[in-house]
Amino acid sequence: MSKPFLSLQNLTKRFQAPKGGEALTVFENVNLGIEKGEFVCIIGHSGCGKSTILNILAGLDEPTEGAVIMNGKEVSGPSLDRGIVFQNYSLLPWLSALKNVTFAVQARYKSWSKKQVHDHSMKYLEMVGLAGGAELRKPSQLSGGMRQRVSIARAFAIQPELLLLDEPFGALDALTRGSIQDELIRIWSGSDQTVFMITHDVDEAILLADRILLMTNGPYARVAESVQVDIPRPRERANIIHHSDYYDIRNHLVEFLATRSRALAGKQEEGTPSEPSIVRFGAHGVVSDPKDNRKPATSPVE
Amino acid sequence: MLASLNARALVLSLVLLAVFLGLWEAASPKQQLAGELTEYELLMGGAEPKAAVPPPSDVIAKAWEELSNPFYDAGPNDKGIGIQIGYSLYRVLSGYFLAAAIAIPVGFLIGMSPLMYKALDPFIQVLRPISPLAWMPLALFVIQDSQASAIFVIFICSIWPMLINTAFGVAGVRKDWVNVARTHELGPLKTAWIVILPAAAPTILTGMRISIGIAWLVIVAAEMLVGGTGIGYYVWNEWNNLDLTSVVFSILMIGVVGMLLDTAFAYCARLVQYQE
Repeated sequence: MSKPFLSLQNLTKRFQAPKGGEALTVFENVNLGIEKGEFVCIIGHSGCGKSTILNILAGLDEPTEGAVIMNGKEVSGPSLDRGIVFQNYSLLPWLSALKNVTFAVQARYKSWSKKQVHDHSMKYLEMVGLAGGAELRKPSQLSGGMRQRVSIARAFAIQPELLLLDEPFGALDALTRGSIQDELIRIWSGSDQTVFMITHDVDEAILLADRILLMTNGPYARVAESVQVDIPRPRERANIIHHSDYYDIRNHLVEFLATRSRALAGKQEEGTPSEPSIVRFGAHGVVSDPKDNRKPATSPVE
Repeated sequence: MLASLNARALVLSLVLLAVFLGLWEAASPKQQLAGELTEYELLMGGAEPKAAVPPPSDVIAKAWEELSNPFYDAGPNDKGIGIQIGYSLYRVLSGYFLAAAIAIPVGFLIGMSPLMYKALDPFIQVLRPISPLAWMPLALFVIQDSQASAIFVIFICSIWPMLINTAFGVAGVRKDWVNVARTHELGPLKTAWIVILPAAAPTILTGMRISIGIAWLVIVAAEMLVGGTGIGYYVWNEWNNLDLTSVVFSILMIGVVGMLLDTAFAYCARLVQYQE
């Protein structure tokens, strides 16, 4: 078994309680592997530590125990190898949309000329549909959807090895969300970008992801299941719902969020496997048992 | 309403000004002619000119006379209003920019480092409430130069609002924006230049605007003490001359220059303002 591109090893986060009380364990012993080029979504209720995991992957936060290994190196501190898109866009409001991208490109490719930086930035802004003058506007003069497009363009423009998306469409209306999802998937298909994305939207996860991780409720949250989405690409919103596996997967996810996320919650006994059990639908059988964990979770689907 | 709000406000301002000037003019006692006085009143000195607050017509005449030749220099006690204001502005601006050169970097340091904030806070809290003029005797003794002492007093009074606002603005930069800098691996200098300075600029400019206002308030008092030149000295000198027309005129000039300084800084503040 080869080492995955990104692996989370025994990741644990505890918050120190005020004045000697017992520390709050947000999640414990999270073990995961993510392959290069994979699109992974993570779903769970608020407070289960999804965002904390993402921040640890980004290097903005540190785990209490355990480590994140990317490309054979331990992650410590933020880096341009990991691009992030936040729910609140995180654009610098005093810079135009274009400048918000160019400063990042300049930081990534220090030796590039001004023209190279400009052309590269414009290429990615055009990919998300921002051109013809809109790129010169300040974020405050753009709609929420436009702002998130700029943020996505910035993240892709620095061509990071790992792209982290923290509920990127959470603040957008359904129509805008749909069209940006399409753009995201289009840009992603043209790259070999590895993506780790937090979402609350079950349909969004099935549309975008190769694999969906399900987290139990906190405290002592863990990644309980890893649902493989084998629906062939390219997927489209209109016809994905006709795929035979679609509602099986969807029902499984909804059921998890409604009942199992609570039922499986709580501190695990010593010795229980800390890797998520793998769930598959369609031709691959239904639920595999946890012993299958020895197989890499992302073995290519023939 | 056909006229815009601005136009109506302008009309109302002019009406209020006219009413005020009219009342002032009417309230000013008229000098009585000698022919109308009784012999007793003449013996008691009734025909002597009485010192009184001059009517606005006198002040306007004085202003016309002074402003039509603002830069004449006829010896130490007789200089044009332009020269006097020039001296005051020179002192205010040199003390002020000296203060900015120290307050903004130190404010950055305090804003970015909680340790420095806690360490320097007691000093700032003790030094800040001291009336700037209280430093004057010490400044005169140490610096031994009245001109430089006046600049020092301006320096010490304008440093605090800039220092505190810079620290406040820098410490209050949104965590998201700092994270943008971190995830793009910007070094400390680039982070300060690309993220922190623009983010904190509106707060810093507010501090600078408060400071220039205080500096202009203090320079008048400081120049009354050190003497020689400047608009503050001019007011005091005309008081000693019992030339109340010049006193009223210079009070108005202090107001106008203060307003222009504030407008200039308000304009700069608008340049660095951003909308979230």
